[in-house]
Amino acid sequence: MRNITFTRRTVLKGGTALAATTLFAEPIRAQAPAPAAITPALIEAAKKEGKLSFYTAMDLDFANRLGKAFEAKYGIAVRVERSGAERVYTRIGQEYTANIRAVDVANTADAAHCIVWTKNGWLEPYLPEEVAQHYDKAYYDPNGLHITTRILVSPIAYNTNLVKKEDAPKSFADLLDPKWAGKMVKGHPAYSGTIMNATFQIARDIGWDYFEKLSKQRVMQVQSATDTPKKIQLGERAVMVDGAGYLVIRYKEEGAPLEVVYPTEGTPLAAGPSVLFKGAPNPNAGKLFQNWMHTREAQQFLVDWARQYSGHGQTVEKPSVRPLRDIKLMKEDPAGVAAQADDVKKRYAQYFKV
Amino acid sequence: MTIALPAQQMAERRSFKIDFTWPVLIGFIALLCVLIILPMGWLVYYSLVDQDGAFTFANFRQLVDDPVFLEPMMTTVIIAVCSSIACCVVAAPMGWLVARTDMPMTKLIRALVTASFVTPPFLGAVAWEILAAPNSGLLNKLYRVVTGAPMDEYLLDIYTLPGLIFVISCYTFPYVFVLIANALDRIPSDLEDASAILGGGAWTTARRVTIPLALPALLAGALIAFLQAMILFGSPAILALPAGFHTMTTKIWSLFQYPPKPELAAAASLPLLIITVILLRGQAMILGRKGYTVVGGKGAEPRLIKLGWWLVPAMTFVTIVLMLPVFLPYFALFNAAFSPIATTLVTPWNATMHNVWFTFFELSSTKTALKNTFMLGAMSATLGTLLALVISYLTARQAVRGHRILAFLATAPIAIPGIVLGVGLFLSYTRPPLVLYGTIWILLIAYITIELPAAYQQLQSAFKSVHPELEEASRMLGATRLRALRDITAPLLKTSVLATWCFIFVSTIRELSAAVMLFTSETKVVSVLIFDLKESGDLGAISVLGLSMLILTFAVVIGVSRIPGFGGGTRLRNT
Repeated sequence: MRNITFTRRTVLKGGTALAATTLFAEPIRAQAPAPAAITPALIEAAKKEGKLSFYTAMDLDFANRLGKAFEAKYGIAVRVERSGAERVYTRIGQEYTANIRAVDVANTADAAHCIVWTKNGWLEPYLPEEVAQHYDKAYYDPNGLHITTRILVSPIAYNTNLVKKEDAPKSFADLLDPKWAGKMVKGHPAYSGTIMNATFQIARDIGWDYFEKLSKQRVMQVQSATDTPKKIQLGERAVMVDGAGYLVIRYKEEGAPLEVVYPTEGTPLAAGPSVLFKGAPNPNAGKLFQNWMHTREAQQFLVDWARQYSGHGQTVEKPSVRPLRDIKLMKEDPAGVAAQADDVKKRYAQYFKV
Repeated sequence: MTIALPAQQMAERRSFKIDFTWPVLIGFIALLCVLIILPMGWLVYYSLVDQDGAFTFANFRQLVDDPVFLEPMMTTVIIAVCSSIACCVVAAPMGWLVARTDMPMTKLIRALVTASFVTPPFLGAVAWEILAAPNSGLLNKLYRVVTGAPMDEYLLDIYTLPGLIFVISCYTFPYVFVLIANALDRIPSDLEDASAILGGGAWTTARRVTIPLALPALLAGALIAFLQAMILFGSPAILALPAGFHTMTTKIWSLFQYPPKPELAAAASLPLLIITVILLRGQAMILGRKGYTVVGGKGAEPRLIKLGWWLVPAMTFVTIVLMLPVFLPYFALFNAAFSPIATTLVTPWNATMHNVWFTFFELSSTKTALKNTFMLGAMSATLGTLLALVISYLTARQAVRGHRILAFLATAPIAIPGIVLGVGLFLSYTRPPLVLYGTIWILLIAYITIELPAAYQQLQSAFKSVHPELEEASRMLGATRLRALRDITAPLLKTSVLATWCFIFVSTIRELSAAVMLFTSETKVVSVLIFDLKESGDLGAISVLGLSMLILTFAVVIGVSRIPGFGGGTRLRNT
């Protein structure tokens, strides 16, 4: 699998967390932690804590399955707190400013959050052995503050019962055609990290006037990137403008009449990094989970069941999921998102009224 | 039941007890002040400072200047006015039919209205999404099958302003209905008899006697419906976003997105508070200090009007009204719970237990949320009832001087919308000396504060409605004062105490607006869990969770009303 890893690396160079490695390195000048293995001592200490809380933005079904798989292996119960990445971010911010330590591990869909958390000094450095050995440098912070657990794309998709293949949109520009008015559904950047990144990238590459025009198309607005695939699956709308591509693929393989379109302008990309919090209530269980979540075993589960992309060099691609190297991707820029998130929400609200 | 001591006895003893009652009174006033004035104080403070804590009016200026705030304000007013009118138009004739005509099955009808009250508005909104989303909604699918209309034609679109107003009205009309039906129940029939003796026919009597007597209740109902619609968070949070607009409550909530803007949220909360206070004052002015004894020794059964052949349209009307908040939504939830896809009709061949399995065995927050919800429900109901019982005894029997302050404080929270209280409590209890945010106690405080006015009014009127003449009658027949108390007053109060307990319990369980501000992952309640599930569109899990919650709620309410010694009769009464 060497060559796959290599190509993926080339594709994502400058992408995912490359900006992160340069940016994150700045505030923390501490020594990089030694790579940590899953030792019997860690398992013992984690079992004593017996539970952990995992705040995540990943799809609810998979997040709970991941938690159950961990529980089956180590006997440690995982409390999954799922909501959109921006709400996870709000919640953690609210809890930390009120001095509440409830979260052990968080997985977001917006790498910009890690920039702020790092700046605030909330993160616990921890570098799992497998990450140091098998992950591309672009996918983790050398100081062990965050590791990209999953890589997401936010393509267009449609319901094949409602749209014929030859009529399907091929680009974001196609969606401005009046024939799609009232037929589209879209996620919201104030709730979803994937959509925040997608909005930022589309606005940067195509321009804000694209959204101004799109907002006149009577687009149905939902919160989460994991809801738009469900809305087209129900047939409530024919086309999804953005959202979790991996869910569309999963539903399609489960028999739903759905099809993905990777837009010609490029497909928005979002890294989903996981972090460990300082002063967390279950530090050892947290470490064990953070370590296990990035092992080949868990990452292969992510690739096979959740149809997401992994940064682990030893994972085997799922044949039915188009590899990242074959998709024209938009460039991710967590630093840009961190700086402009508020502005993105404000301008978005101006056009879409919500 | 020492608290049910009649006033005279208390008055006789006051000379010895004065040392004892003052600390009690001061204690209660202090408690109520902490509950109410502390959060409101922080709210006002925050609305008047900028991010650095310097005094400014900028928050209010932004509120008035920025269309981002003006539009939600206008939308909220439109929603509140329309829902209020819709509720009255439906609830008034229905209340009259149930209370004043010989319509059959009135007990069942009242029970079904109670069922629509128990249904949380956000759950109703989700159910109506399943029914009336323009393309995937079950009713629209039915419409297309029946009429042969093409794919993208639809009958109903719930993601619109009228759609939202409709859903809000569905779950606000019980308040109006109960007020009107109870008022009509109580109108003594001797007045109607007088009208009949003077030659008035059934309709004349209704028009000239019954309806004018019921008008104050209708006015109160319209007001409650207006306030409920204005401060509701759940239904707008679910339907307004897809429809592309904000209401004030969803806007206030969105101001807490990171980085939070509590100053603006506080400023945006104050108009809701002020409107509520003004309306309540207005109502008090119009109604004056009217009050009448309900359970007296004399009253006779109200005179029932014979419907005759009007029965058919009347029954049709009632059935349709009950379809909307109860039958159809429950059917939709049931369907979504057992169907592979929420908006596919469930059949024996495609039925699945997957959602049930997922909700109870895979979803890790289910158990915590159920436990928290029912624990908080029981605690709020018990403590809230006790608090209201003591306060209403003190005020109804005018047992201590200064009882008016108590009465005012106990009623004041009615003017505080849930989301505003949530903001206030968040601002108060995330700082020393009382850091309660992150514990379930902050939720308990919120629930008790929100439900106190209704509980207080219910019990206060219960105390007042037990006219001394019943006790006097018992005394004349030879009973001692204590015996009269035990045999007459206490049994009459028991039902009200129980009804109050159930009322608080149910209201706590369906509360979302304060909880959504105050929960943390450890203190999550079912309403918030459903709200989170809605974000990612997991309709199957929502339906299973919602139905389980409803079943458990009904079980508790029915179970409680069967407690030996508390003989039944826990109809939803909002007196």
